[in-house]
Amino acid sequence: MRFIKSEKDFYSGLMFTIVGGAFAIGATTYNIGTGARMGPGYFPLLLGIILAALGALIMFQGLVSKAETGDKLGGMAWRPLFYIIGANVLFGILLGGLPKLGIPAMGLIAAIYGLTITASLAGDVFKLREVLILATILAVVSYGAFVKLLNLQFQVWPAFITG
Amino acid sequence: MEFELFNNLALGFGVAFTFQNLLYAFIGCLLGTLIGVLPGVGPVATIAMLLPATYALPPVAALIMLGGIYYGAQYGGSTTAILVNLPGESSSVVTVIDGYQMARKGRAGPALAAAGMGSFFAGCVGTLILAAFAAPLTEVAFKFGPAEYFSLMVLGLIGAVVLASGSLLKAVAMIILGLLLGLVGTDVNSGVARYSFDIPELTDGIGFIVIAMGVFGYGEIIANLSHPEDKREVFTSNITHIYPSKEDFKRMVPAVLRGTALGSMLGILPGGGALLSAFAAYSIEKKTKLKPGEVPFGQGNIRGVAAPEAANNAGAQTSFIPLLTLGIPPNPVMALMVGAMTIHNIQPGPQVMTSNPELFWGLIASMWIGNLMLIVLNLPLIGIWIKLLSVPYRWLFPAIVLFCAVGVYSTNNNTWDVWMVAMFGVIGYGFIKLGVEPAPLLLGLILGPMMEENLRRALLLSRGDWSVLVTRPLSAGLLAAALLLLIIVTLPSIKSKREEAFVED
Repeated sequence: MRFIKSEKDFYSGLMFTIVGGAFAIGATTYNIGTGARMGPGYFPLLLGIILAALGALIMFQGLVSKAETGDKLGGMAWRPLFYIIGANVLFGILLGGLPKLGIPAMGLIAAIYGLTITASLAGDVFKLREVLILATILAVVSYGAFVKLLNLQFQVWPAFITG
Repeated sequence: MEFELFNNLALGFGVAFTFQNLLYAFIGCLLGTLIGVLPGVGPVATIAMLLPATYALPPVAALIMLGGIYYGAQYGGSTTAILVNLPGESSSVVTVIDGYQMARKGRAGPALAAAGMGSFFAGCVGTLILAAFAAPLTEVAFKFGPAEYFSLMVLGLIGAVVLASGSLLKAVAMIILGLLLGLVGTDVNSGVARYSFDIPELTDGIGFIVIAMGVFGYGEIIANLSHPEDKREVFTSNITHIYPSKEDFKRMVPAVLRGTALGSMLGILPGGGALLSAFAAYSIEKKTKLKPGEVPFGQGNIRGVAAPEAANNAGAQTSFIPLLTLGIPPNPVMALMVGAMTIHNIQPGPQVMTSNPELFWGLIASMWIGNLMLIVLNLPLIGIWIKLLSVPYRWLFPAIVLFCAVGVYSTNNNTWDVWMVAMFGVIGYGFIKLGVEPAPLLLGLILGPMMEENLRRALLLSRGDWSVLVTRPLSAGLLAAALLLLIIVTLPSIKSKREEAFVED
């Protein structure tokens, strides 16, 4: 007999309990006040406690569930997770730079190439030529749509070129 | 009363029928369909992605364009559902059943036309109902005190939970998590920066766009990429005739009428709207007797496409009623609309109609125009949408990631939001792994500060006495309705039906 009958229920319940508990503990550092004069901590404390209790209930469900298969979480998709999130972070670094670490802003066009290439690595097929064409199309379209047409404020080219 | 309705509509059409606004409605529909057609991108992600495109516009034009985007996204979702057997959003889950079968039999054209015409008719009716009910409901809204608002929000949230698929408990927990996330940032009353860890950007709170894109955009993409690309059949080649036959029309019309009636009623319910109406409409069609020679349901019956699509669209239309009259979003899409309105400095609620009648009635008129444009746009352009569907996913998803990133960045022109969306992308993937549905979270997020404020005021007025929520008759009625809803769904017989309905995909 497995102890946890439904992994999905059990671990989501655990998450709710931890997060709810954290919010509730955090709320106690603010002024709680009374019902008639609610302080900033009142509502979050109330909600945090409810969430933690609900989480406990869901965990309990996970232990008594009748799911035959164990409702397994299954493997993590590390590769897409890493490259998609990585692409997004790289986009931010290239676009705005990281002044604290002395990384200069490279601008929108470089950021689009960086994002497209990194994100494409998340898929099963990666053909560099195809990806470069895609990135070029996206760069041209974005420049036309976001910068020219919608007038959104972007730094388009690297800082050391535009000065 | 009738005269007033026509005067109001005339005012609205006067606003909407300017060249500029018609153009924005058109662009909105076009963009919405374009993104909505992409497999795996629902209306929430579509609107979140395209929201930045409206920042530079004047408020009326921006809302008109957003309305267009919403209808476009919905229609695009049905197209994907019919042609690829892939519901882009929960409410087209039932369209898939018969629509895809029709496509397999070479009748994709009539199926798409039935969806389009059904939606258009339902949209017209929905818009009229919205126009007729908006004014009297606003009167009611002015009688609402903080206790009533609080109870109404509870009812709305419970309604949303009841209609969500999967575990009730988890959905409630997600709402509360959303409410808590909505409290991050500076408390308007005390000025205390809650849960902001001394990070200046967090004192403004967590943007709903960041959460919507991270959870609905990135989370979904990562989950999609984790299954190997399954062999999907796309029915693109054999769409020769689009228009349904006479026989089709005869069957469609009553189904569309039934779907519209059902959708309009259910859409008004807080938390109701598209999903429930589509399910209900389909089950009603399934219960009616088959005419001789009619294809059974599940094998490509045109009624199985027309009715849920009509219901879905009517519900989408009337779900604007609680938002526009009470300022309470009944579903995640409307929650995004609230966000969009606040960006343009419009506080949704009963005061919009009196303080800003051009905006209010212009929006309503442009809903009808949006529906008209969809049918004008989509039936002739269907070939283009189909081409889009045959684009491989490996070219699409980097583009989607890019649009999300650009959209998030341009909200505040700040890379902080880009880091936040990365975090919520990871969290969103976690939600999918844990089997919790993220939609209720977004509703909670929007309602969090509103609920706190109304509870605070209600308790202040009653000197801390919680019974104020049940001693005021309107408030008590709303809470009783919420309780009733909860009891109904937990009844064993309903519970099994509900589970059955959501497993049907």
